[in-house]
Amino acid sequence: MYAQMIKTAGTGVKPREEMTPEEAAFQDRIDADIKIEPKDWMPDEYRATLVRQIGQHAHSEIVGQLPEGNWITRAPTLERKAILLAKVQDEAGHGLYLYCAAETLGVSRDELTEDLLSGRMKYSSIFNYPTLNWADIGAVGWLVDGAAIMNQVPLQRTSYGPYSRAMIRICKEESFHQRQGYDIMMKMAQGTEAQKKMAQDALNRFWYPSLMMFGPSDKESVHSAQSMAWKIKIDSNDELRQRFVDQTVPQAEYLGLTVPDDKLKWNEERGHYDFSEPDWTEFFNVLKGKGPCNTERMNGRKRAWEDGAWVRDGLMAHAQKRAARKVAAE
Amino acid sequence: MKNEWPLWEVFIRGQHGLSHRHVGSLHAPDAEMAVKNARDVYTRRNEGVSIWVVEARHITATNPGDKGPMFEPSESKIYRHPTFFDIPDDVGAM
Repeated sequence: MYAQMIKTAGTGVKPREEMTPEEAAFQDRIDADIKIEPKDWMPDEYRATLVRQIGQHAHSEIVGQLPEGNWITRAPTLERKAILLAKVQDEAGHGLYLYCAAETLGVSRDELTEDLLSGRMKYSSIFNYPTLNWADIGAVGWLVDGAAIMNQVPLQRTSYGPYSRAMIRICKEESFHQRQGYDIMMKMAQGTEAQKKMAQDALNRFWYPSLMMFGPSDKESVHSAQSMAWKIKIDSNDELRQRFVDQTVPQAEYLGLTVPDDKLKWNEERGHYDFSEPDWTEFFNVLKGKGPCNTERMNGRKRAWEDGAWVRDGLMAHAQKRAARKVAAE
Repeated sequence: MKNEWPLWEVFIRGQHGLSHRHVGSLHAPDAEMAVKNARDVYTRRNEGVSIWVVEARHITATNPGDKGPMFEPSESKIYRHPTFFDIPDDVGAM
């Protein structure tokens, strides 16, 4: 789940009798599972909310390259290095698919980037945590990509065509990410005592931040209700979090690792695991910029944007010069 | 507006014998870079044997509002489909 706390524009679900004929026809299309395409009429609030959501998702993919890129030069074997490179390259690709989807809504790539750099738009809280050692790269793939998949799989059915198509592409590639992470965890968990300890330590540090990725409970939120009516949000945050816990706990057991939660217990009656909520104060602090790596991540993105300016301008100037020369020759 | 790289639409032939199909878009300063970027963004897993790129501003599209007048006339012309005609079984394959 790379989009958190997206503020839905508007004041909640509009009752049908208050809808304009255009709005009612729009809602009918969504209810009938007919995709909305870029040139179709859509309510301004739908457009604004989607820009926020897809934009934040795209930013997360891009910023998400930083914690993993940190380990490319230090991967333990050439094979691991090649795999990690491929994964980080995928994240760049995912960011690009999503930026393109957002751009179909009338916002430019540069505007999106500038909104990220000015802090007006956010990226997922999870990328403000550091990757301290190689086991963390395993935990990120297993848990962070695992949590992302939980959210992205249902979003393949989202009402906005370009977003849905980006999600379908992303989901196809994402399961490689989770598997490569789990593969690292298996190697570590079946390794020496020291390696096993590193794997457990990585799980301890990434468990709660992964649960936070789904955002705080939104079952009472009128904004979420509107986003669900528009089918740009498919499941509630709590449903996704529960699904993630139910899927991940047996995977941790297989590794012989312990999920850092005393209250974690299978609840026969519910058919789900009971578990502890993460520390939401920590979550809000991270969102406000007080996480362990917020400054580093933002500085990294600003540096890339500023240092890359001459390349972007230079290539554009070259292209314009060549085009002018071609016209002159004709 | 600053000097933003133009938008290109990307079409890929998935395998020999198939048509090129629209897969998405990207920004690039010129056609040559657009092809290179398309290779990196859209064919990392063997998805293609050929790439076309075209600058998005050169594409002319139908207007969603004209969907009715554009496409509805063909809906009533069911005689354009072979199933419209009843041919007796005795005639054999046709």
